[in-house]
This record gives sequence, C-alpha cells and structure tokens, in this order.
Amino acid sequence: MIRVTRSTLIDAPIERVWAVLRDFNSHTAWHPAVAESEIEGGDPPDQVGCVRRFTLRDGNLIREQLLTLSDPEHVSTYCILDATLPMRRYVATVQLKRVTDSDRTFWHWQSTFDVPRGREREFEHLVGVGVYEGGFEGLRRYLRRSLDLRPSGVAARPARIVGEIPSHGVIVERFGGPEVLRYQTLSAPAPGPGEVRIRQTAIGVNYIDVYVRAGHYRMLEPPAPLGMEAAGEVLDVGDGVAHLLPGDRVAYACPPPGAYVSVRTMAAHQVVVLPDHVDDETAAAVMLKGMTAEYLLHRTYRVRAGDTVLVHAAAGGVGLFLCQWAKALGAQVVGTVSSEDKARLARAHGCEAAIVTRDYRFADAVREATGGRGADVIFDGLGRAAAEENLEALALCGHWVSYGQATGPLEAIAAERLTDKSATLSRPVLFHYTAQRAALAEIAGRVFTALHDGVLHVDVHHRYPLAAAAEAHRDLEARRTTGPLLLLP
Amino acid sequence: MIKVYVSSVIEAPADSVWAQIRDFNGLPKWTPFVAESRIEGGLAADKVGCVRSFRLKDGGVIREQLLTLSDYDFQCTYSILESPMGVENYVATLKLTPVTDGDRTFAEWWAEFDCAPEREGQLAQSIGQGVFQAGLDALKGLFRR
Repeated sequence: MIRVTRSTLIDAPIERVWAVLRDFNSHTAWHPAVAESEIEGGDPPDQVGCVRRFTLRDGNLIREQLLTLSDPEHVSTYCILDATLPMRRYVATVQLKRVTDSDRTFWHWQSTFDVPRGREREFEHLVGVGVYEGGFEGLRRYLRRSLDLRPSGVAARPARIVGEIPSHGVIVERFGGPEVLRYQTLSAPAPGPGEVRIRQTAIGVNYIDVYVRAGHYRMLEPPAPLGMEAAGEVLDVGDGVAHLLPGDRVAYACPPPGAYVSVRTMAAHQVVVLPDHVDDETAAAVMLKGMTAEYLLHRTYRVRAGDTVLVHAAAGGVGLFLCQWAKALGAQVVGTVSSEDKARLARAHGCEAAIVTRDYRFADAVREATGGRGADVIFDGLGRAAAEENLEALALCGHWVSYGQATGPLEAIAAERLTDKSATLSRPVLFHYTAQRAALAEIAGRVFTALHDGVLHVDVHHRYPLAAAAEAHRDLEARRTTGPLLLLP
Repeated sequence: MIKVYVSSVIEAPADSVWAQIRDFNGLPKWTPFVAESRIEGGLAADKVGCVRSFRLKDGGVIREQLLTLSDYDFQCTYSILESPMGVENYVATLKLTPVTDGDRTFAEWWAEFDCAPEREGQLAQSIGQGVFQAGLDALKGLFRR
C-alpha cells in the first residue's frame, strides 16, 4: 500500500478555498492536469455519492466518487471507481484548516492506494507531484486570476475578508395574506462585530410569522425576509463572538425576523450551540415553541403538582409541549382543540380532557372537567374569540396567561373584571424572558434536557421546501396542521 | 462549554518543533509566561497521567495533567486540575502537522472549557491570545530562519 501526503499553505481565507474545493467538478477550472470533467447523471457536484468522469491531458480517463463532504470540518473524501491507470483501492482525503493568526489556509491532501509491483515510485511521483503539488499551484493561479489570492508578502487583513455568500429566501413583499410571500435570491454578507453567519438546515414556522406577515406586529418593513427560528451550522463569526466557532451546530428563536433564508448573517447574542442529542430539525421545531412552554410553565406561572391547567390549541405546536410538560409536572391538563383527530393527539400527549370546539365555547366543559372549580391557569394563544369564556373558565385566584392571538388581538378588559375572581392577567412575550444570555442559556438548556429525558417529544409531520412557505402559512391558518411546521432550504 | 482555537505556521520541520514541546515539563524553556515547572511524584515528563505544577511569571500556580501524548501524530492533550482562572472541565490539545511544501509546521492549539457566562469573552481572549497565540509566537521566534 502506498501512502502519499502533500500539504501547503494558500494565502486566502479558508471559506474562499473551500468554496472551490467543495465542488467536486471544479477541478477542470483549476487543476492543470484535468482536461474535461462532468458529473454523471447531472447530480449536484456537492452531493455525496456523485461520480465525476474526467479525462487527463495525457488522455487517461478516470471515474471518481465523492464519499464524504463536511462543510463545518472542511473535509472531503473520494475514491477511484475505475481508471485507465493501474491504480487500485485509491481513497483520498482533502482537508482544509484555518491559520488563525494570518487568515491563510492549510491544505492537507492524502491518499492510499495499490499499484503493480515495481511501479510504486512512478505512481508516488505521479500522484504527489503531478496531481497534488500541481493542484496546489493550479488553485493558486485560479485564485490569483479571480483576485482572491493575496500577493505574497502582503499581510492578511485582520477582519474577515470573505465577501457575500449567495442565499435564497422568502420575503414579505407587503403586509397581507400568504400571497405576499415571495421566494427570491438574496445574499448573506460577511459577519461584522458580534455577528455570525449560519448555513441554515431547518427553519421553524410559527404563528408569530403570520402576525408579522399580516402587519399586526410591526417587526419588519417590507420587503424583508420573514421568520424567527432556525437551526444550522456556523460558517464564520465576526470579532468579539466568543461562544461560537465555525462548524458549531446552532439554533435560535429571536427577533428581528429574517429566518426564512438558506444562509443568514445575524447577531450572535441569541444563538445557542446544540447538544449532540438534539438534531437540526428537532431544534428548529422546539426552539421557539419549547422555550415558550418553558417560560409559561416555570416563569410566568409556576405550575405545581395538583394544578388544573387549561391549554388552548392543545394539539398545536406550543400546545403539545404545554400538555406534555404540565403533565410531567403533575398537573391535571384540560385542553381545547378543533377536531376529534386533534383531541386524540392531545390526549396522547398528556391532555386528560380534550374539549372539541370550533366556536371557542368551552367554559362549561372546563367546569365539568374540574368538578366546577375551573382552571388554576389558562395558557391562551387564541386571543379575542376566547376572552369571555376564559374569564368564565378561570378558578378563583386563577391566572389567565395570554401569550398569543390566533383569533385576533384582545379587546380592552376592564380591570374590575379581574376582581370578580381575584384573577391575574399576564401578557408575556418570549423574547423578554430570553433577552439576557444567561436566562436564554438556562431556558434553552431546560428544553434540551426535557427532550433528552423524554419529557418533551417532537414529531414533525409537516415539512415544506423553503420556496413553499406560502403553502405552509395557508395550512397553519386553516388549522390543517398538528405540531410543528418546518421549511427546508 | 466554550471553545478557543488558535493556529499558526512555524518555519521549522515538525519533528524539531515537536522535540521542543513534547517535554510536558518544558514550558519555562519556550513560553514567555511560565517561570518554573516541575512534574509531581517524580514521574517522567512524557508519561501519560503525569501532573505538571508550574508557576506563572505573574505568580499564579497551575496544575495540569497529561492525558495523551503521541509522537506519531505530534499531538498531546492535557487538562487543568487547579488554576486561578476560574475554568472547569478544561481540556486542551496541542497538535503539529508537517507542511510538505517548504518543510514547515502547521501548529494548532485549542481548548474547551466551562466558565461563568459573563467571563467567556475575557477568558477566550486571555487563553486564546495570552496563552496559545503567545506560545506559538514564542515557538516561531525560537525557530526563526
């Protein structure tokens, strides 16, 4: 077995070098020994398993298959499938690493293979010098032509010098219905101080996105991308960001809107690193809704064993989390849902009594389910249509927590109305509870632990391509969905 | 858990640089910030499990344990047992890789650790720049061609 290793330094940032090398078909553009190359079957050139068929300038034909590709680790491996050269069992690894004190790139290229006895020296030279060293020089020439290589002797700029990265996403053209969502090409600028750039893999759809799209919450000025929640991998970070490194798997749920994109540059402050046991889709499904359940159950109102908890939209994204978690805390959970199917789902998640109502009449049923006492706490994401019934359904000294308004904003409520039951009314917002990083870490940490311990369980039934965000909104608003909705870039 | 990662290029062959840093008791010889160091219990300085106790020039005393040492990979890892820095679960790795083009060395030094959230930025800076980068800069100076 022959092992060939070559390594060099390239005077360009790792992101620039990797952008070229991660494309398995790019070698025609930069490698001097490659004449023509194509990816068989028209597969994307960064899809693991794709096969490049290429001819060398000396006439030889080679087919190679991409075996692994990791963007966070800047590494890829590939093997020769067949070749007109007598090389067998050829497996190669390309690894890039960042030289942090000069913003250069270390490039390590290594392979092992067998050749007929007596020809080892010939092939070691062919691969090491002809392919690898020739490739190093070829890539330098290629980067120099596109002005991405610094002239030798010029110091690296201290700041990140990578430019924009192409992105695509869904913007709100103007305030209105789902039809105002438009899919288009965007770009993600290099991260400035305190910022991070994330290649997103899963994006959460939330009811707050509907409010923002409709203009109820003025959190953006159209045209601008929508969305509060996503998960993905860190591409690069700006100065002063100590808690994230390129390659980290991360997630967030925070304003300002802008999550419906494939690559996002944003403030790093609200971005948290994911533990290994939480995959990207789960993270995009739980960050906003799970953290909402955490603060509602532990902070706005502290649920104790024996409490009676009323959860509206009990089969919805937040609703299912509230049911599971409140049950685990020892509460008796009563819920409202809009169909029998949703009632079954809510019951399977810990909701003891699921009230099916499509006209927001539930107070009598709640009193019945609680022996006439009513609910100690109501977690209300419905808003206007349920307001009167909520006051009816509340126990003495009960707490009405209005955290959403799926049926429209609450109308003014006279303070005296609360006196009737010594009731408490809260109007909490997740982002106030997570504004401090220490609190955010605590809330997110408790959600991850709840997932790990099985207290929270997520089933994602609704995945849409990012371009189909409008369809996701239509389904959500028509109450056709249960549990979380994800957009996949 | 926060991570600090620093890397650099040293203008000398990797085996020469490794000969300098594989001595777990050798910090005073090549770093600018360690005044004196000893290995506890009379163990050899390349024995996995040995503990170095060293005093910084600013007076602080740190105890670190050697967790792995590979002459084949030019790599060692160690953890902090005691320090005045206020870090927990601190594990660091120092790794060299030969650069075949020019017979140079690519050096990486990184650590993962826990600390109070409000101290993350300051510790990342003092460890990344004050220790790792300063150490690599000292090695670069030692081997300047």
